[in-house]
Amino acid sequence: MLVLALRRLASMILIMFVISVLLFVFFEGDKVNLAARVLGQYSTMEGRLQWLEDNGYNRPLWVRYSSWLYGFLTGDWKDSAQFSAPVYDFLLPRLQNTAILGGLVFVATVAISLVLGVLSGVAEAGLRDRTITVVSVFTTSIPEFASATFLVAIFVYWLDWLPGSSSFSDGFSWVELILPVATLVIYNFGYYTRMTRASMAEVMNSQYVRTAVLKGLPYRRVVIRHALRNALIAPFTVMILQLNYLLSGVVVTEVFFAYDGYGKALYDAAMFGDVYLILAGAMIAVVVAVLSQFISDIGYTFLNPRIRFA
Amino acid sequence: MVTPVLECKNLSISYYTRAGEVPAVYDFNLTVNPGEAVGIVGESGCGKSTVALAIMQYMGKNGAVTGGEIKFLGRDMRAMSDEELRRIRGSQIAMVYQEPMASLNPSMRIRDQLIEVPMIHEGLDAAAAEKRAIELLDAVRLPDPLRILNSYPHQLSGGQQQRAVIAMALLSNPKLLLLDEPTTALDVTVEAGVVELIKDIAKRFGTSMIYISHNLGLILETCDRICVMYSGQSVELGSVKQVFDQMRHPYTRGLFQSIPLPGTDRFAHPLVPIRGQLPLPRDRPTGCTFGPRCDFFQKDRCGPPQHMQEVRGDAGHQVRCARYGEIDWSAQVHQGVQSEPMQPGKVVLQVKDMKKYYEIHNNSLAALISGRGVRYVKANEKLDFEAREAETVAIVGESGCGKSTFAKVLMGLEKATGGEVLVNGVDIGKLPVKKRPQGLISSLQMVFQNPFETLNPSHSVGSQIGRVLKKFGVAKTREEIERKTAELLDMVKLPREFADRKPRQLSGGQKQRIGIARAFGGNASVVVADEPVSALDVSVQAAVTGLLTDIQRKKRTTMVFISHDLSVVRYLADRVVVMYLGRVMEQGTTDQVFAPPYHPYTEALLSAVPIADTSIVKKHIVLKGELPSPMNPPPGCPFQTRCPRKIGAICETDLPEVKELAPGHRIMCHLPEAELHQMEPVIAVARKPVH
Amino acid sequence: MTDLAASPARPGRFAKIARSVGLLRESPIGMVGLTLVLFWVLIAIFADLLPLRDPLAQAGADLLTPALTPSPDGGHYWLGTDDKGRDILARLFYGSRLVLFWSGFATVVAYAVGMLMGVAAGYRGGWWDEIISFIGNVFLAFPQMVLYIVILSQLGPDSSAGQWLAGEGFSTVWVKGLTIVLAVMFATAPQVARIVRGLVLDLKTRDYVAAAEVRGETPIYIMIVELLPNARGPLIVDACLRLGYVTIAIAALGFLGLGLPPPDPDWGKMISEVRGYGTAAANAMIWPALAISTMVLGLNLLADGLREISLRD
Repeated sequence: MLVLALRRLASMILIMFVISVLLFVFFEGDKVNLAARVLGQYSTMEGRLQWLEDNGYNRPLWVRYSSWLYGFLTGDWKDSAQFSAPVYDFLLPRLQNTAILGGLVFVATVAISLVLGVLSGVAEAGLRDRTITVVSVFTTSIPEFASATFLVAIFVYWLDWLPGSSSFSDGFSWVELILPVATLVIYNFGYYTRMTRASMAEVMNSQYVRTAVLKGLPYRRVVIRHALRNALIAPFTVMILQLNYLLSGVVVTEVFFAYDGYGKALYDAAMFGDVYLILAGAMIAVVVAVLSQFISDIGYTFLNPRIRFA
Repeated sequence: MVTPVLECKNLSISYYTRAGEVPAVYDFNLTVNPGEAVGIVGESGCGKSTVALAIMQYMGKNGAVTGGEIKFLGRDMRAMSDEELRRIRGSQIAMVYQEPMASLNPSMRIRDQLIEVPMIHEGLDAAAAEKRAIELLDAVRLPDPLRILNSYPHQLSGGQQQRAVIAMALLSNPKLLLLDEPTTALDVTVEAGVVELIKDIAKRFGTSMIYISHNLGLILETCDRICVMYSGQSVELGSVKQVFDQMRHPYTRGLFQSIPLPGTDRFAHPLVPIRGQLPLPRDRPTGCTFGPRCDFFQKDRCGPPQHMQEVRGDAGHQVRCARYGEIDWSAQVHQGVQSEPMQPGKVVLQVKDMKKYYEIHNNSLAALISGRGVRYVKANEKLDFEAREAETVAIVGESGCGKSTFAKVLMGLEKATGGEVLVNGVDIGKLPVKKRPQGLISSLQMVFQNPFETLNPSHSVGSQIGRVLKKFGVAKTREEIERKTAELLDMVKLPREFADRKPRQLSGGQKQRIGIARAFGGNASVVVADEPVSALDVSVQAAVTGLLTDIQRKKRTTMVFISHDLSVVRYLADRVVVMYLGRVMEQGTTDQVFAPPYHPYTEALLSAVPIADTSIVKKHIVLKGELPSPMNPPPGCPFQTRCPRKIGAICETDLPEVKELAPGHRIMCHLPEAELHQMEPVIAVARKPVH
Repeated sequence: MTDLAASPARPGRFAKIARSVGLLRESPIGMVGLTLVLFWVLIAIFADLLPLRDPLAQAGADLLTPALTPSPDGGHYWLGTDDKGRDILARLFYGSRLVLFWSGFATVVAYAVGMLMGVAAGYRGGWWDEIISFIGNVFLAFPQMVLYIVILSQLGPDSSAGQWLAGEGFSTVWVKGLTIVLAVMFATAPQVARIVRGLVLDLKTRDYVAAAEVRGETPIYIMIVELLPNARGPLIVDACLRLGYVTIAIAALGFLGLGLPPPDPDWGKMISEVRGYGTAAANAMIWPALAISTMVLGLNLLADGLREISLRD
């Protein structure tokens, strides 16, 4: 277990290094444009070059990279060019917002897809199974911006029940969270439902479930004691990986609802060429990606005695 | 008269597929009396497992009993409610399955899987149920029941798992026990132990049993009566004695004639394969289902549907054959694959002190700290033997003995760790296939084990044979390739049209024939056959084995035949190498190995092979314990942990020296030579013919 | 007639496709999917032949009209107009060309690269696997939006690469489109590679692969002739799903303003262009959302149907 953790850590650091170098090199070519965006489109070329010089953008690439790296490791994440604020202070509240959104989506998705998937897979090919399958294919086919459009058209323009923007302009509001959460849940739950269903159906057809039935156990006991645990191993591990997706997959939804989160911040930064903000965002994304992978591995080991007692 | 435990009357069972209803079993009758053990024997697809699942009323979504009755203790199970069925299952009727690993729940401890049976059926509390479970684990002779209870299935060996499943089946002391090929997935020495246990259970608990198997020898050992099935019907029914000694159905006779018996050899008792193949359910003839493959077929007699009839003058013996009274059952059949002993030529393959170790990386932190991160599995240790031109050398052993590893080294898929493997005098042990010259590659070819994997499902049969011809430079132009492909198909006795077929249109036996054609297509001088017939039905086995040896002899190819089955080996090998945990325990000519003096392991192996012949008396040796893991072999003699002839501490500490008892006959054992020579034959014929 | 009878009974490619469609008939879900996909494919091919308005023509007076509004030329705006008075139906139908072409192109490229990576990693193992998997992991750990934006901004029409392409005679649409294809490839190929690798790890233990090794075939031959053809079943199903995801991704890029340049009708962009008008834009927003949803739904249902029939045999 410890070896696994160390391996993951090593690969995480390596990936972070490669990604940060790549980003640095990529945005190097764009720095004059960056100055132009900071100073406005009517600024002079001299002014732009001067801005680059003043802000240390003209030092050699490796010097700037090591300076960034040192700062990043010691907690100084540099300043955002676009928002003229320290990256760390700027990103933290937005990360919190995304955590709220992502957390709600995660909980709702897991709950819905586990229940529907099990109900669907336990009696394969029945009416209930077919209905759930069709519904989940249907909802996964609607991209976030499309379902957001439908939801806004219905609940904002037509019924006028909910606000169409979720910018928390008057402070935190549960009501404003409803539409973004719903949008993401609608798009995501189908995939996990179908995965749970497949796993459950496979287990219900397995020989050990046959053994349990032929032992004369009541049906409920067969399902709950014998099938469920084995059926949940695969979907559980995949659902944990969803955490990674949620961090960067929320961009469209956040932009649509003007939700001030990590995804929107990253989108703005990337459009602006705000290299330090992008770097910080990317690093956080890698950590979350590797961490969710690790949690998923641990969960798999914990749920599966074949691995635990190998 | 007592009520039978089980009575099947005119039972028919169908599966429903997209193509419509497929009758799997029809007109099936069987009675099981209290305390009786009935065997159902037949080849794959004959419907024997379907019968078992129908008795359990577990047919899945697309199967159903379409007619007849299944009476359990006089009550028709088809009329029972789900709740009544549930109460009977597991308490009155229990089942043991073919694959113990798959039939145990991988994420539950054995304890929880065992105690729930008496808890549900008898309302015992957990403590009482656990006490019962321990008793039963003890009864199935599992050592250390507490440890077993706390284990997960994957922590037990196959034999232990199957014993646990048997214990689970016996927990509520059922009236009827269904065993569906319970030992097929086990090694032969482990199988012998489980079979002994099953016999013992029948005696101790008085349980009635239905024992389903494709192996006539196992039926003989365990059952009182036998039902032979063919293509969804029972064709012969009677006591084991009646059916084995006076079979009255041509199919039953065909089965017996096609199985090799380790009591005899190919010269005295040639194998006679059954021609043709099992018809698909929708192609079944309306009359006798065996008709198209039967030598005694007569259109007027066998054309109409056949019914079971009592054999005259033989009470309790039934047969589904209109002509059974007209056939001369004593006449010998002689169209078998008969062969003369061959004169072997020069030495082609020489293996000298060959070693193959695998590195196992242990990534746990404890192992890294203690510096034991890398361990070695000695898959082959000091392999030493040779094979001559036109000779067949069999390598025999159970799983994990290293026989397949040797094949991989020989073929260049793995590199030897030490020693030499000489083919025509050239050492190739450390030469991977990539570095071998083309001539060497084509002179060393292989026939693979699994017929369902040996051919690439995406390409036609012809293109796969053609590729070999082209690759080995046997044929170059398209016409030449097509002609040679046709010749090869002729050689393996398949129609030439098969060149255009895809592998999925072929039966298992036909695929193996293509595999043989491919191996011999490049004029190989050594062919390795890795269990080429073990996945085939017995009646097909005989034909494929015969074909293989025929071609090999005609082409004077050296064959290395890898097998776990001593009876097959006796039929086709000139010399035998017996392996255990990576080492050669005994080697010699076939006659030397199959007669005393034996290595104790060879003796146990021979005794473990089930023999379908009532006239044979076997010495009864059941090995204790499990096969040790090759990762962790015992010190001293590898066989010492299970050896019934162990002589003492020396076996545990010192590796025995190899003794040459006769020219070419070598045994690695601590037993003194005198004692080895005093051994008695394991297999003896009881009723010696009177001269 | 006689010629046909004499020729060997080898089914041609066309017969094979016909047989697959025949099999698909048994899956109602798959047939619905096929119908939806075919609908959009036919629309894309025959858009010119349909009595549609010019998708770029702006009708100054009729802005953001609802569906079925009569038009000045005596006909109707069947689905209404957008904020510049362009006919939504025409824009949707012509837009299907862009969507289908670019997402199809991007998927094919991503698949080709992903299959090569996956089969090499799975079959060769060892260092090949380590390096390919690492490269894949780098791109999978990249926040996707950053990946898209980095590639689109650095390689787009304004970049030096883009200007070179423009100098070679590529239009802006092509330069932007090719950049999108590249971005999709980087984001998608690692996922394809992962699936192919898993399939290959399973397939390479088969005896026919050992048989090929034993007769001295090269790794390239084994990968292409022995392994890949046997992975085609699950890969066809996955490719259908993947095409859906790519369609969504490209439309999302359009929505975020990173898609094909205006004024071409890109479905994602059609939504974002009118979003600012609030309630008045509801009609103009819903149609492109429906269009993309039906197309992806068609692909997903088709994949489902294909999976269903492939599990049967």
